Amino acid sequence: MIKKELFYVLIEGGILLDDIALGNNIPFLFAILIPILYKYTKRIHTGWFVLIAPFVLFIYFLSYLPVTSAGDAISQTLNWVPSLGINFNLYVDGLSLLFALLITGIGALVVLYSIFYLSKKTEKLNNFYVYLMLFMGAMLGIVLSDNIIVIYVFWEITSIASSLLISYWFYRKKSTDGAVKSMLITVFGGLSMLGGFSLLYVISGTFSIRELIANADMIATSSLFLPAMLLVLLGAFTKSAQFPFHIWLPDAMEAPTPVSAYLHSATMVKAGIYLVARFTPVFGGAAEWFWIISIVGTVTLFWGSISAVRQKDLKSILAFSTISQLGLIMTLLGLGSAAYYYGNGVEDTLYTTAILAAVFHLINHATFKGSLFMTAGIVDHETGTRDIRKLGGLMTIMPITATVSLIGLASMAGLPPFNGFLSKELFFTGTVNVTSFDFFNLETWGILFPLVAWIASVFTFLYCIILFMKTFTGKFKPENYDGHVHEAPWGMLISPMILGSLVIIFGLFPNLLSSSIIEPAMAAILPEAQGFDVNISHWHGFNTELFMTIGVVVFGVLLYMMMRKWSQTAFYQRERDPFNQLYDHWYDGLIKGSQAVTRIQMTGLLRDYMAYMAIFIVMILGYTMIRYNAFAIDMTNVSEITPYMWLLVIVFTAATIAVPFINNRITAVIVIGVIGFLLALFFVQFRAPDLALTQLLVETVTIVLFMLVFQRLPKLKKEKSRPRFKLINLIISLGVGGVFTTIALSAFAFRNDVNFPSIAEYFIENSKVLGGGYNMVNVILVDFRGLDTMLEILVLAIAALGVYTLIKLRLKGSEDV
Amino acid sequence: MKPIKSNDVMLQTLTRILVFIILSFSIYLLFAGHNHPGGGFIGGLMTASAIVLLYLSFDIKSIKKSLPINFITVIGIGLLLAVATGIASMLFGYPFLTQFFDYFHIPLLGEAELTTAIPFDVGVYLVVVGAALTIILTIAEDDI
Repeated sequence: MIKKELFYVLIEGGILLDDIALGNNIPFLFAILIPILYKYTKRIHTGWFVLIAPFVLFIYFLSYLPVTSAGDAISQTLNWVPSLGINFNLYVDGLSLLFALLITGIGALVVLYSIFYLSKKTEKLNNFYVYLMLFMGAMLGIVLSDNIIVIYVFWEITSIASSLLISYWFYRKKSTDGAVKSMLITVFGGLSMLGGFSLLYVISGTFSIRELIANADMIATSSLFLPAMLLVLLGAFTKSAQFPFHIWLPDAMEAPTPVSAYLHSATMVKAGIYLVARFTPVFGGAAEWFWIISIVGTVTLFWGSISAVRQKDLKSILAFSTISQLGLIMTLLGLGSAAYYYGNGVEDTLYTTAILAAVFHLINHATFKGSLFMTAGIVDHETGTRDIRKLGGLMTIMPITATVSLIGLASMAGLPPFNGFLSKELFFTGTVNVTSFDFFNLETWGILFPLVAWIASVFTFLYCIILFMKTFTGKFKPENYDGHVHEAPWGMLISPMILGSLVIIFGLFPNLLSSSIIEPAMAAILPEAQGFDVNISHWHGFNTELFMTIGVVVFGVLLYMMMRKWSQTAFYQRERDPFNQLYDHWYDGLIKGSQAVTRIQMTGLLRDYMAYMAIFIVMILGYTMIRYNAFAIDMTNVSEITPYMWLLVIVFTAATIAVPFINNRITAVIVIGVIGFLLALFFVQFRAPDLALTQLLVETVTIVLFMLVFQRLPKLKKEKSRPRFKLINLIISLGVGGVFTTIALSAFAFRNDVNFPSIAEYFIENSKVLGGGYNMVNVILVDFRGLDTMLEILVLAIAALGVYTLIKLRLKGSEDV
Repeated sequence: MKPIKSNDVMLQTLTRILVFIILSFSIYLLFAGHNHPGGGFIGGLMTASAIVLLYLSFDIKSIKKSLPINFITVIGIGLLLAVATGIASMLFGYPFLTQFFDYFHIPLLGEAELTTAIPFDVGVYLVVVGAALTIILTIAEDDI
């Protein structure tokens, strides 16, 4: 049996080393190996070893291209928690492969770039590459998984790895602040996404995305459809830095530039895009999905582009530009989801253009934004500053960097012949198409989409000009830079150059990708619409889109010419996003609020805590009594009360009432002793000789103890407390007493109703027969229930040892045993 | 405890006599427990109070000399005894803490009942004596 199970484990291990699973796990394996390599090969930059992983994976994923472009998909299952339906279901289709290629391709370039960017002498490279590999593995996990719980797991690993990378220079306060902010926002989104996934499971009973898509009709009719959708979208929006969750991205620019280039432009921020694209077949077609994504995307696009204009830091401009471009892609996905509204088999290009534009721009953005971040990093690395007010005149000193930047910026601005032009044209086509839709109230509001898109494009064009002109043109002022400024080493230039040439290649030959990557990806987003024929061309003739682009260029240039005027305005001077204030207020308020709550509740006074407990007990018991109407008084079975007993009760009560009013310790102890002895008398009265004896002796020993301790204590001080405080205490005590008296009375009354035979009869009959003694109490203690006695003497022993150690072992202050 | 001054003749003389009476009563209580009021707990407390009386009447040093007992050890012995009676029944295949009793004819005493509950009760007795005296003596001996 054991052998058989071992056999299964071996088989599972074998699957682990199988195709896709291995691909997914290689980065994690590297993350384990890197510290070892780092420790023992100090002479070689660790990055060279790391480079193997993304490079091999890129080649490996390329080998799947023929499969996916034929419309097929590969799936594989690796059991994790089969009993809960949570398994590593890996599924590779066009969309997954597109992302996997982006992740590994740009990953390889970023690692190459980082080898020259990070010095092996001064930086802790092992940390950097471990985090980077963790991130890469998790990102691949997100895009390759079919199981939503597994997606969630990898999703959170990317959040963690991202925060670790942002705070890579952890001795800088800004880095750690940025890391905390991104962590809080993305984990908030991640958790709500988990909620959404759970709701999806509740609706459909499956964690598999493919099965969810198959059950899309059933999900759409569920009452949980909207909550599930909103929660999933919250996850996607926070991760993809959509409005108003975009504020973490600019602060994440404190990370090393390779990280910014990789995580915060090309991969992680696109995880939300991936999620939306993946779930379009599940949620698409609903008006809410269409409107939420389109509006959030448009607002993000608009807000990101106007915020980017007023930044003074190269990376901040790029961060807001990333936000804006992500908003653009998100808008397109929202608009494209309208295709589902018309149900199966819609082949109208009216709807699919938006999806095409989204996929195409996704690729383009990854290429040009990666190269732009890398060139910004080069400028930073070689000049020591990223402030555009200090930079200038670098064109002749850094010709290659300037050229690559120019290509990237021109593409981002949407100029021909680069790829950004094509995707921007498609974007305009998509938004213009929207105006002709006639559903979801689009007739009236649809016109806003092309309008906002156009304005945002003008601003995009504007910040692209600013970026280039302020950095590379103008006069070179050596006093602004520390040290000698020169062109970057070749190694650092290779990656941006490759990306820059991709920008040109995709721009000149856009259909290079259409059948191999774009069409399968579109088929994954719109599986029910068949037979895409993507043919992207530069020239559409004189149509609206072309005029819009011309308008963008004209207005952009005009705005730049007038920059001297409007740069004096408050709009331009205010660099920080106003939403940061909101976040800061919330963050401070949360801390202050919880501190205030803690201060009210945690007074540090034991009597307050006692009061809480007493009040809670009174309330919960009182409520239960009232809720179940459990008050009852039944005096039928009460035995006769003798005058002697009345006397005892009166003295007992008098002594008890006297205790709180005594201001002298000795008197108090004596009165308590009186109560104890009276209790012994009660036991005598109720014919419990053993109890009476024990009570007498215990009372005696206790009083001796009290006396011993009291000789050390200072005189009792008269406590000065406000009458209100005393009143509250009185009320609480009366409450506790009242509740327990009522419960006792009611319990006694209810006992008459039920007729359980008392176990006492058994003891009376058997104490002599089975226990061999006439003293029933003693027989119960040592024989019938000896275990209780044994544990009680253990308690006594522990108490004695406790007293002994407390007194003998006098530790001072922070001393420890 | 402060040393008692030498004019406590009455107290000391009475204590000498009383302690034996109390001690014998406590032993009686211990063994009578099975059939009459009493038992290990009461007997233990009674013994402890007898010894406390000794300590009250005389000074700690002289009592320590005449009663050279470490009461923490007494606790340990008592616990061991109680657990041992429980385990003893397990050795014969009965559940933990099964008590047995039988009647024997013992010379001089005549017909008598012997039960395994007695060693258990003696264990209780020893723990109570040890614990009570440990607590009282450690507090009393402590000088701040």
